[in-house]
Amino acid sequence: MMENNHFQYFPHTEADIQTMLRKIGVGSTDELYQDVPAEYIYKGEYNLSDAKSEQEVRDFFKSLAEKNLSLKCFVGQGAYDHYTPAVIPYITQRSEFLTAYTPYQCEISQGTLRYIFEFQSMICNLTGLDVSNASMYDGPTAAAEAMRMLLGCARKKNTVLLSATLLPHVVEVVKTYAKFYGTNIQMIDAKDGQTSRESLEALMQSGDVAGAIVPLVNRYGIIENLEGFADALHAGKALLATYCDPSTLAVLRTPAEWNADVAVGEGQSLGVPLGYGGAYVGFMACRSEFMRKLPGRIVGEATDAEGRRCYVLTLQAREQHIRREKATSNICSNESLVALWVTVYLSLMGPQGLKEVNRQSSEGAHYLYDELLKTGKFQPVFDAPFLKEFVLKPLVDIEALQLHLQQKGFFAALATEDGYVSFCVTEKRTKAEIDALVAAIKEM
Amino acid sequence: MKYYDKLILELSKPGRTGYSLRQNDSCTTDALASLPEWGKRKTDVCLPEVSEVDVVRHYTNLSQMNFGVDTGFYPLGSCTMKYNPKINEEIAAMPEFQSIHPLQDKNTLEGIRAIFDEMDHALAAITGMSHFTFLPCAGAHGELTGLMIMRSYHMSRGDLKRTKVIVPDSAHGTNPASAAVCGLEIVEVKSGENGLVDVESLRPLLDDTVAGIMMTNPNTLGLFEREIKQIAELVHEAGGLLYYDGANMNPLLGVVRPGDMGFDIMHLNLHKTFSTPHGGGGPGSGPVGVCEKLVPFLGVRVSGYNGNFPVILRAYTYILMLGRQHIKQAGRLATLNANYIKESLRDAYKLPIDSVCKHEFVFDGLKEREGENHDELPTTLDVAKRLLDYGFHAPTIYFPLLFHQSLMIEPTETESLETLDDFIRVMHLIADEAHTQPELLRTAPHNCPISRPDETTAARNPKLRYE
Amino acid sequence: MSTVAEGLLYSKSHEWVKVEDGIAIIGVSDFAQKEMGDITYVDVPDVDDEFEKEEEFGALESVKASSDLYCPVSGVVVEVNEEVVDQPELVNADAYANWIIKVKMADESELDDLLDAAAYKELIGE
Repeated sequence: MMENNHFQYFPHTEADIQTMLRKIGVGSTDELYQDVPAEYIYKGEYNLSDAKSEQEVRDFFKSLAEKNLSLKCFVGQGAYDHYTPAVIPYITQRSEFLTAYTPYQCEISQGTLRYIFEFQSMICNLTGLDVSNASMYDGPTAAAEAMRMLLGCARKKNTVLLSATLLPHVVEVVKTYAKFYGTNIQMIDAKDGQTSRESLEALMQSGDVAGAIVPLVNRYGIIENLEGFADALHAGKALLATYCDPSTLAVLRTPAEWNADVAVGEGQSLGVPLGYGGAYVGFMACRSEFMRKLPGRIVGEATDAEGRRCYVLTLQAREQHIRREKATSNICSNESLVALWVTVYLSLMGPQGLKEVNRQSSEGAHYLYDELLKTGKFQPVFDAPFLKEFVLKPLVDIEALQLHLQQKGFFAALATEDGYVSFCVTEKRTKAEIDALVAAIKEM
Repeated sequence: MKYYDKLILELSKPGRTGYSLRQNDSCTTDALASLPEWGKRKTDVCLPEVSEVDVVRHYTNLSQMNFGVDTGFYPLGSCTMKYNPKINEEIAAMPEFQSIHPLQDKNTLEGIRAIFDEMDHALAAITGMSHFTFLPCAGAHGELTGLMIMRSYHMSRGDLKRTKVIVPDSAHGTNPASAAVCGLEIVEVKSGENGLVDVESLRPLLDDTVAGIMMTNPNTLGLFEREIKQIAELVHEAGGLLYYDGANMNPLLGVVRPGDMGFDIMHLNLHKTFSTPHGGGGPGSGPVGVCEKLVPFLGVRVSGYNGNFPVILRAYTYILMLGRQHIKQAGRLATLNANYIKESLRDAYKLPIDSVCKHEFVFDGLKEREGENHDELPTTLDVAKRLLDYGFHAPTIYFPLLFHQSLMIEPTETESLETLDDFIRVMHLIADEAHTQPELLRTAPHNCPISRPDETTAARNPKLRYE
Repeated sequence: MSTVAEGLLYSKSHEWVKVEDGIAIIGVSDFAQKEMGDITYVDVPDVDDEFEKEEEFGALESVKASSDLYCPVSGVVVEVNEEVVDQPELVNADAYANWIIKVKMADESELDDLLDAAAYKELIGE
């Protein structure tokens, strides 16, 4: 059973194993499992493939990769095909970052702690809010945590409002958490593709509302006008949480400028590859008075015994390893390495680069919007400002359109729940590519 | 490792840039200018203005203040810090996978579908469960998902009064926290003298309000819950389900399948048992597996898209490398390594429960010598900090909560006899220092980028961002 | 050794109560502050919040621990000691001089369930 089959990750020679067994005082490694009822020791052959060599593994995944259709992406809906600077993977693959655990031993984790502190600072600067945590799993789970945080900031209230214009997967995840946590979720109606303030005000009448989660840019790509939202909520002792795409905050009115109390969102738009949906990075920021209600890890500045500036995990009394069932959340791992990815991205792009990304994306999107309408195959739906994403009403069969575009090498015109099709353009798409997409649609 | 004292925001100089975007090819006139005034950002975007070389040097300097598995031995209990194979990274970074949008039609993604299917089969074969969901992004997220499945099952049967979950006092802190997020009431079951769940304490807790029990086996003391068969029978008889916290799966990898022990639901930490890197605290992946009757409840939507796909790719690569030939060694060698350290250090450190361990074990601080008082010896924190001076990562400290000076050691199977012997030598050295020069430990570390920070002041006056 | 101030009432969860004109002044015992170590934060309710007897009203935090505070009597919060919120170390310095909240009692007979100094000393084994 235990002869060494020369596996590169197991350093034990047969002699080593014998030396160790002698020290322990047993005859075989199986004896170390004598406390396990014999019927539970798996005696069969595992139904797995034969061990592969590295080259075989490469060939195997290469062949699988070829079985996926590679398409030019013109869809967003929460995952955006922005450009990734070459520097980022070079940094994030440094094994001192990659192979470290959570920075519990701060004396040998200053690298991780410092970039998280930078991440927190940059999230604060983008959102305009005071405090950020060290990251969440993704945007939708960050919104679900925001739901619980809104409840945690209110006393004895159990209703959270969600805008019907939030991205569908965000609504779905929040509702999942709400169902089991026992939270009453009420949807704020959409009117003309935007969150209805009248609907919000009507829902506030119950007196049970802890807060609302509303998008800054919504599922139709529309930039929402949240005038009066914060006031309406605050008047009922409820809080405003905004769901945002952080890339757009370089140019759009910030959560703080809308007087929001909490901001959450998906950090993927900050240079993280599409990667079939992960690993992404959620973020969460709030006003300082709610700092101790934040879930997840937080890094703070400290000084060491010699008076040098250093960084530590702080406010840990909120967390599961101390508070157990009374913690602000069960979250333990965050998405640290993706937070590093985003931090390096923001460092490289700077304020100018991030504005330029928005300018180019937005110009491409408006150009595509106009060209699509010219084809006569679509009708406009909403008359509202948008940035890089928009919906149109198709006058052709949606499925046939999508299939046709697939064959031409495009992923575009994603069908929405309300019968529209959604398009998105980032700075990665050239004018020539946009023209090619439009030409393909004209052909239909 | 050396101290480096800069933040990227401090390197900023107006006008400097580090990005590369095309400069022509404009489609229309400035679209941003036509944004409505009410929708525009009014305040400056305070981000660093730095060159590419500034960024590379800054983060390289930061990395040099960090300790990873590639730096050295990382015996962090319950965290399974095994070596992270480099082929995993190569596969996860394949551009063919990185460029796919999560909402692209699955019919066009035969290769990706195959990866998820085969990974599902492989994990089912390894664990004895029926099928897995890959949406959970971490272990705690898996726990929450698993408990949601547990509740969904009871709810689907109209059995609405099952709102309690039993959690042993030795459980990972995430267990009760996940249960609370899932809207469950936590009932704690005490461990017996032998560190195992006490069946007689469990029995009276079981009634028709219990949704299930969460267990990790081996438990956080590294001890196998020998009564698992009886526990499973009792919980099932009472109509409850058994949840397996897969954080401690490593010693069972290739040896025991949780499904065979009667567990109905479990999560795996791909970033522990399946060799994917921890990345300084994520991204992880916590797939949840269930027995056949719970498969209909597997579709619970707990994250945005398809889970942490690159982590799944890495773990699948590892499983392919391991194959059916090597898997049977993995858990056994992890257990061998842990027992070897335990037996080699028990003369110097206090072993509260003398029993064969699995992948990890717990000391209750230093062992007092004649005439010494245990309470006056340097603490577990001091021992941990001193280890850093000798180039090792510290074990997990002050967990589990069952002992005052818990020092939890988990070596994993990827460490050689020479590495273990070196660690054992240093742990003996530290024990000697503790008795002869205790101040050396109490002021440790002495050779790290920083010395001990003042965490109390940091928590009293939190400074959480650069201003 | 921790001190137990005479003339105060104590709860089993280590809060002390001093009664003045139907108002319960509430703090934590010296024993409780010693158990916590360096207190980094005192979480307090808002004025006008209402609590049942033995309901959680706040918490003490240190770097590595957290301990909930339970209201020894039912009532409405009339005042919160902002000084201990700003300087949690005051509780470490003198747990009896630094109260945390004042509660207008709903039912003074609940005081009968609390311990006097002698009984509390016995509880904490001193």
